[in-house]
Amino acid sequence: MSGQSTYDPKTGIEKWLDSRLPIIRLGYDSFVDFPTPRNLNYWWTFGGILAVFLMIQIITGIVLAMHYVAHEDMAFQSVARITRDVPFGWLIQSMHANGASFFFVAVYLHMFRGLYYGSYKAPREVLWILGVVIYLLMMATAFMGYVLPWGQMSYWGAMVITNLIGALPFVGDAIREWLWGGFSVGQATLNRFFSLHYLLPFVIAGVVGLHIWALHVPGNGNPAGLEIKDPKKDALPFHPYYTVKDGFAIIVYLMVFAIFVFYLPGVLGHADNYIEANPLSTPAHIVPEWYFLPFYAILRAITFDIGPIDAKLGGVLAMFGAIAILFVLPWLDTSKVRSMRYRPLTRWFFIFFVIAALGLGWCGAKNPDDPFIGGLKFVHLAQFLTAYYFAYFIVILPVMGIVEKPKQRPASIEASVLGEDKS
Amino acid sequence: MTEENGAPGGNGQEPSRRDFIYIAAGGAAAVGGGLVAWPFIDQMNPAADTLALGSIRVDVSLVPVGSEITVMWRGGPVFIRHRTEEEIAEARAVELNVLPDEDARNDNLPAGTPGIDANRVLRPEYLIVKGNCTHLGCVPLGLGANTGDYDGWYCPCHGSHYDTAARIRRGPAPENLPVPDYYFETENTVKIGLSPEEAASSGWEVADTAGAVA
Repeated sequence: MSGQSTYDPKTGIEKWLDSRLPIIRLGYDSFVDFPTPRNLNYWWTFGGILAVFLMIQIITGIVLAMHYVAHEDMAFQSVARITRDVPFGWLIQSMHANGASFFFVAVYLHMFRGLYYGSYKAPREVLWILGVVIYLLMMATAFMGYVLPWGQMSYWGAMVITNLIGALPFVGDAIREWLWGGFSVGQATLNRFFSLHYLLPFVIAGVVGLHIWALHVPGNGNPAGLEIKDPKKDALPFHPYYTVKDGFAIIVYLMVFAIFVFYLPGVLGHADNYIEANPLSTPAHIVPEWYFLPFYAILRAITFDIGPIDAKLGGVLAMFGAIAILFVLPWLDTSKVRSMRYRPLTRWFFIFFVIAALGLGWCGAKNPDDPFIGGLKFVHLAQFLTAYYFAYFIVILPVMGIVEKPKQRPASIEASVLGEDKS
Repeated sequence: MTEENGAPGGNGQEPSRRDFIYIAAGGAAAVGGGLVAWPFIDQMNPAADTLALGSIRVDVSLVPVGSEITVMWRGGPVFIRHRTEEEIAEARAVELNVLPDEDARNDNLPAGTPGIDANRVLRPEYLIVKGNCTHLGCVPLGLGANTGDYDGWYCPCHGSHYDTAARIRRGPAPENLPVPDYYFETENTVKIGLSPEEAASSGWEVADTAGAVA
């Protein structure tokens, strides 16, 4: 909670600095004595994990930029050179490429945490919206970063996604050419993607600052969905209780990360990206990186015209709509109860929502015409799951808040920890 | 509106001198902001050297009847197919109303020109089209790989079928493969990438729709 500061400068230099730039006070109030609900579980550690991975990506990225060449004739070779010739280039390149995947694993768990425990509800709407902004910036950064090695998947992924813009009526073609800087994905496109890929992580860091600021106004949510009433009973200081808990989670997560960096460095990539980009030959099966697969499935699920909107534009609108709907989520969920623990019906709809999101990822990796079950193809599964994805936000959450009878909630965070709610 | 140092009679009714200054300053700032922003937006459009690489010359006598080549133009593929009599006849037998996209999509002809085969080619034996699927930009497969259900091209990405005039017939692609600006410099050399005006003076005429469908 913001407000009363408990920082007490002891030494002369701290006093001198505190009256000129109270930066130590800011850090102390934010990360040392910040009152944090005592009932946070491990789902609350992904914020810290994400901060670590943003730093890993920025540091490894700055190093890679010292050796990478953003030219259509040299980009592919320069990445090969980094992994073969540059001292420890193999390590830093592997950390950066796998770091992107681990960044997305953490952000998806962080977002599902928010959806389950109602972290988007008043008074944390702005906090949630800033998180969605960060997620959008992450997607743009990851997409442009994947283009830089200039392999076949880099090139054709860029081609497919920029061609989506061409689906916009009237202005689509002009915007596409403007993005390309030419008449196709080429040198100009690669060069500007490198520039923007270097810029956006720092924009993310700035929005993360706002995200933490917006977090520290109302304070953390928590699994019980209750506010801190008595800080002495309901809260613990962030340090050492949550620095240790977050630190432990970060170390465990980094150990899993290390398994991929050292033993499975290429398993999350695509074999076709070890072939240099060729504008005259399309790979047989274009797939995006795994973290975009659910949205790729939604894009391809719209195979029919909707009134004046043709299938191509409809797919694009559905894909962007799947993310845009997160911005208005705080006003779609009509229930005052934050945590799904106390929402017996909606909890099951949420669990199926997670299954639907994973299922869409599966559909995105498959050819739409591949058989699924019986006469049904994967495109049919994707259409069903897409319908459920939107129904969860547009129908289920608004209606359940009105019709559902929530369970008895504990009187306080302390009562929830001590188990008095079980009686 | 209620400033006392405004124009006479500024009694909440008449705009004052200060209102005028506000609006003038705000307007100047908006215009100035736009003028500053525009160069930073426009710099991303194709540069002069990119535009200058606009045209290529191809010797089509190297393409035997019943085969096709792919040439690189403006960073992407262009298909040149030397069509057989059967392929031409097949394309000409198609009724306009069965085409998902009835427009000729020919840069040499005005938009809205009917997409009959005669409006897709300058000389019937040579079909010249840009080689990126109009769905999401993949390069469709052609002769020697997979010509799809209409003997033209098949896009493996999402299953679009094109006919022997490179018109979309089935699948998600919304438009026919576009015909670039081109004209024949000599009997055997074709110049790809010149403006519609130049190409129009080189022989394009809109074919009579009724006659060609018959």
